[in-house]
Amino acid sequence: MPPADAPLVEARGLARRYGPVHALRGVDLDLHPGEVLLLLGPNGAGKSTLLRSLAGLLRPQAGSVMIAGRRLSGDDPDARRPIGLLSHQSLLYDELTLLENLVLAGRLYDLPDPRGRAETVLARQALLERKDDRPRQLSRGMQQRAAIARALMHDPILLLLDEPFTGLDAVAGDRLRALLGELRTAERAMVIVTHHASEAWDLATRVGVLVGGRWGFLGPRPADLAAFHLTYQEVARG
Amino acid sequence: MGRALRHALAIAGKDLRMELRTRTSLLSAAVFAALVLMVFNFARDPTAVATVDLAPSILWVTVTFASVVAMNRAFTVERENGAFDGLLLAPVSRESLYLGKYLANLAFVLIVEAITLPLFVLFFNLDLGGALPGLLLTLLLATIGFVAVGTVFSAMVAKTRFAELMLPILLLPFMVPPLIFAVKTTVPLFAGRPLSDVLPGLRFLALYDVAFVTLSVLLFSAVVDE
Repeated sequence: MPPADAPLVEARGLARRYGPVHALRGVDLDLHPGEVLLLLGPNGAGKSTLLRSLAGLLRPQAGSVMIAGRRLSGDDPDARRPIGLLSHQSLLYDELTLLENLVLAGRLYDLPDPRGRAETVLARQALLERKDDRPRQLSRGMQQRAAIARALMHDPILLLLDEPFTGLDAVAGDRLRALLGELRTAERAMVIVTHHASEAWDLATRVGVLVGGRWGFLGPRPADLAAFHLTYQEVARG
Repeated sequence: MGRALRHALAIAGKDLRMELRTRTSLLSAAVFAALVLMVFNFARDPTAVATVDLAPSILWVTVTFASVVAMNRAFTVERENGAFDGLLLAPVSRESLYLGKYLANLAFVLIVEAITLPLFVLFFNLDLGGALPGLLLTLLLATIGFVAVGTVFSAMVAKTRFAELMLPILLLPFMVPPLIFAVKTTVPLFAGRPLSDVLPGLRFLALYDVAFVTLSVLLFSAVVDE
């Protein structure tokens, strides 16, 4: 049992190369429950690689990731249980209905009543009436809500969001921001990858900027977004 | 029921449900098998080679390629909407994940064989009679092995741009040994010889199954974990 003040995420020395390109060069990260990290950086900075490494979807060539005191590896499936991922893809099967997709997720997470839980999370996303529809029958905003419902099926305490605002209109974006605000609890930590700091600035407690696979900036969220923008430009230029 | 088996059955059930809804690979494989059998039926000269000598090769060629068609879809369906990430992210062991995909593939290929066999009997006007139990056992043993290998390779090629082309190229060399023994077992069965005469061939197929199912389970994690 990890101590009460232990970080939820402990990443040490993460390194990953794609051929000659270094996507991550010895990245460390501690994230405690209640913290929301806004992860920024130019294209190719290593943001998605870091997020996928934290999710256990990518095996780093060096370093390790501990989630809630358990080392992420293919050999310990339960180490992945605390993680929820909201990608810019929905992770939903187009040939299954929303309900079937969520019930499947519930079975894979050993939930006692997958159908009941699926209906609850669909209702929370105002999608219960569309439960028998296939994902492709939904609008982009609804698909995003369905993806959120899937990510929240097992009530994860670590929520990883990869460009969650991509493709959403202003109304859907506001709705997503409100939902993320509700999900920001003392027990849960979040990592939000985005290209636009303003999209999730108010939600964040910390800000990290990856440049060339290293931290260019990592610290508490500055008070002033406009001032931070200048810092970001400087850091991103290297 | 154990947790690992429960996960595997949930994954296999999902694949079967999706396939029965679209019937994409089953229909393609069945049509493919019917076309191959029809072409062979009209191309052969019954006066040159006796049907019982030619039929085993034609049966296995048809089954092999129809199976590859059926297995091709196993992991390509996982690519849509990044759904495979959802499976990899779940607290499901890689062995359960493999078993689930394997069971679904096995069911697909056995269904394709169940469609192919009556068509084969019809086109070649064969009386299987006493050969049927032995033939079914040979089909089952050969299928268990090459579907195990096919499941790993279909996972491997799913991320490539030419998955449909790559699967047969990678898989067929591994299918040659069981195919040789399957044909060698089927020839005497069609000639009316008793099951005891083909036991060495069946033993080889069983050995291939044990070796390649084990190897496939061990290799799967390395294939799917980036």
